[in-house]
Amino acid sequence: MKGRPDGLSPEVEARPVVLEMEGVTHFFGNLRAVYNFDLTLRHGELVGLIGPNGAGKTTIFNLITGVYQATQGHIRYKGVNLLGLPSHEIIQMGIARTFQNIRLFANLTVLDNVRIAYHPHAGYGLMDSILHTRRFREKEAEMAQQAQEFLEIFGLGDRRNDIAGSLPYGLQRRLEIARALAAYPRLLLLDEPAAGMNPQEIDELMELIHFIRDRFDLTILLVEHRMRLVMNICEWITVMDFGEIIARGLPAEVRSDPHVIEAYLGRQAVEIK
Amino acid sequence: MMQRFRKPNVYFIAGGLLVFVVVQVLLSAGLLNDYWRGIIFWGAAISMVALGLNLIYGFNGQFSLGQYGFYAIGAYTSADITYRWVRGDPSAIVVVLFGSLLTLGLYVGVAAFLRRFYGVTVMARFTFYILATVLAFVVAVTLLVPWLGPLIAAGLHALPDAVSQQVVFFIALVGGASLAGIASFLFGIPVLELGSDYFGIATLGFTIIIKVLLDNTDTLLPFPEMKGARGMIGIPSWTTWVWVFSSLMLVIVVMRNILHSSVGRAIVSVREDERAAELVGIDVATTKVLAFVLGSVFAGLAGGIRAHDLAFLHPQNFNFIKSFDPLIIVVFGGLGSMTGTIITGFFWIFLLEGVLRLYLPQGFETWRLVVYPLVLLLMMLLRPEGLFGRYEIPFLRRVLPPLPPKSEVATTPTEEVRA
Repeated sequence: MKGRPDGLSPEVEARPVVLEMEGVTHFFGNLRAVYNFDLTLRHGELVGLIGPNGAGKTTIFNLITGVYQATQGHIRYKGVNLLGLPSHEIIQMGIARTFQNIRLFANLTVLDNVRIAYHPHAGYGLMDSILHTRRFREKEAEMAQQAQEFLEIFGLGDRRNDIAGSLPYGLQRRLEIARALAAYPRLLLLDEPAAGMNPQEIDELMELIHFIRDRFDLTILLVEHRMRLVMNICEWITVMDFGEIIARGLPAEVRSDPHVIEAYLGRQAVEIK
Repeated sequence: MMQRFRKPNVYFIAGGLLVFVVVQVLLSAGLLNDYWRGIIFWGAAISMVALGLNLIYGFNGQFSLGQYGFYAIGAYTSADITYRWVRGDPSAIVVVLFGSLLTLGLYVGVAAFLRRFYGVTVMARFTFYILATVLAFVVAVTLLVPWLGPLIAAGLHALPDAVSQQVVFFIALVGGASLAGIASFLFGIPVLELGSDYFGIATLGFTIIIKVLLDNTDTLLPFPEMKGARGMIGIPSWTTWVWVFSSLMLVIVVMRNILHSSVGRAIVSVREDERAAELVGIDVATTKVLAFVLGSVFAGLAGGIRAHDLAFLHPQNFNFIKSFDPLIIVVFGGLGSMTGTIITGFFWIFLLEGVLRLYLPQGFETWRLVVYPLVLLLMMLLRPEGLFGRYEIPFLRRVLPPLPPKSEVATTPTEEVRA
């Protein structure tokens, strides 16, 4: 199958397809940011997307979430074509993402950050808001309760009235993941979640990612720079350089792939080896 | 039900009633002359306009100079309704009321229709909506007026005069507000997609366009009763303290209720980070239009109140220099503070139109345009968050749910690591 490595277990290959990207190409003016990109994710997978700076990884996320419109190719989520849909509709279909540089609503409380992500599922309309109807009060209480449960899961329960921007860096990362998960996505796109973290924090993060995958029954696509994280938790990996796929396979295969070493360390490194 | 009777709500209602009664007693006892009554009513109107702007700029983050345009639309629309009514012509009631209702109905239809297509461009949507508006008002003018007009006139005349007057005034206020809402909706669809700076400039243009149209109502537009640049006279002065007070309360409560709901959180999230809001699933464009329309409806309502207090409207009262007034009030009071906006709004009028006009020589108005920018500049430098920052009286303050007692169940592996 296109966009997947060989040698995955038949059990995995039998699962339904969640995300399907086929021949995706994107230009910024004359600059080719992504070229002929294939990727197929099946339910419950935890897949890494790596590559040197400027390889086009974040562009892939932006293409999936509708920030950019692909110049060519297909992107389908559970069989539905995503091209041409506005971002918020794509998100509401069950795709959530985080950002490379954390983008919380920094002046709002921790609780509000999570509750805002519930907005599309609020279950009441403008009239209920204006009149504060019984429906409004019930749904609000429900929402606050759910948000609280979420924050408890992420160890932010006692900080819910804090201003999000005042949290320490690691907790901000965690809050961003909590916010992404608040709207019950099925596919989670994590953009460099370990950026700026020390090794111990990375260990915590790995545990957290495994935990949420199982707990929320997610499919996760992870863009990452830190080999330690990717090699340890991803089931398979796609490597990009200059917008193209240069390798794809299980972590062990990718690690020893000469193209990958060359891309990361330069040609000489391969020759020395 | 309990939460409705939280202490702040009780205090707010009690305080509001107290203010209402005190002013009403002062008015009834003749202790406030027409001059000071006018100042209070004007202060309330300007507060409503500024609250609308605070919703658009302070809470939604869209810099707008268009408030006075919508204020003018509300003022002239409602004035036209009552002006015609007292001269025995119910046509404006029918056109504005049923035209607006029809427009709303068509909007719902158009929205449902457009939802069936993917990737409809902004201009295409705009075209559909503007066609719907034109259709609705053409139908109202040509088809509804001939038979609904006499019917409504007969119905209203069946009521006692005092009652029918209040009903017509109510319709006029609603009509003014809804026309301002429709205009802002049509204006907002194409323009809110622009970046924030361009939006500000476009709204400035809007205010100027409205002013030019008002200057030419008798020549360019078919409204000879508005008398263009000579100013509209003969508007019944029906505004009473009851109307002023209840309009202001309505605006405050509606705005507060919206801001304290999920819709309000979505509005604020757009101010905080538009891209992030879009990518947690919030329909940013719709949210912006919603805040803009609501803010404009408040301005339109205030226009109706002001028009029937002043009983005289002149396009010069709505020129673009004036449209900086609500902006200065909002910046002074604090972006994102309703309390600050209301208090500053009243003080603004009290000080500049009330006290200073009495005690300073005639020519001081010339200097206002020198003083305003200076004061604003000082404000920006010394206290950029405004006089009140984000302070709110308890009634308007967000209710943060209390922290629950720490649960026994450790939920995640991460919990232990933190401890």
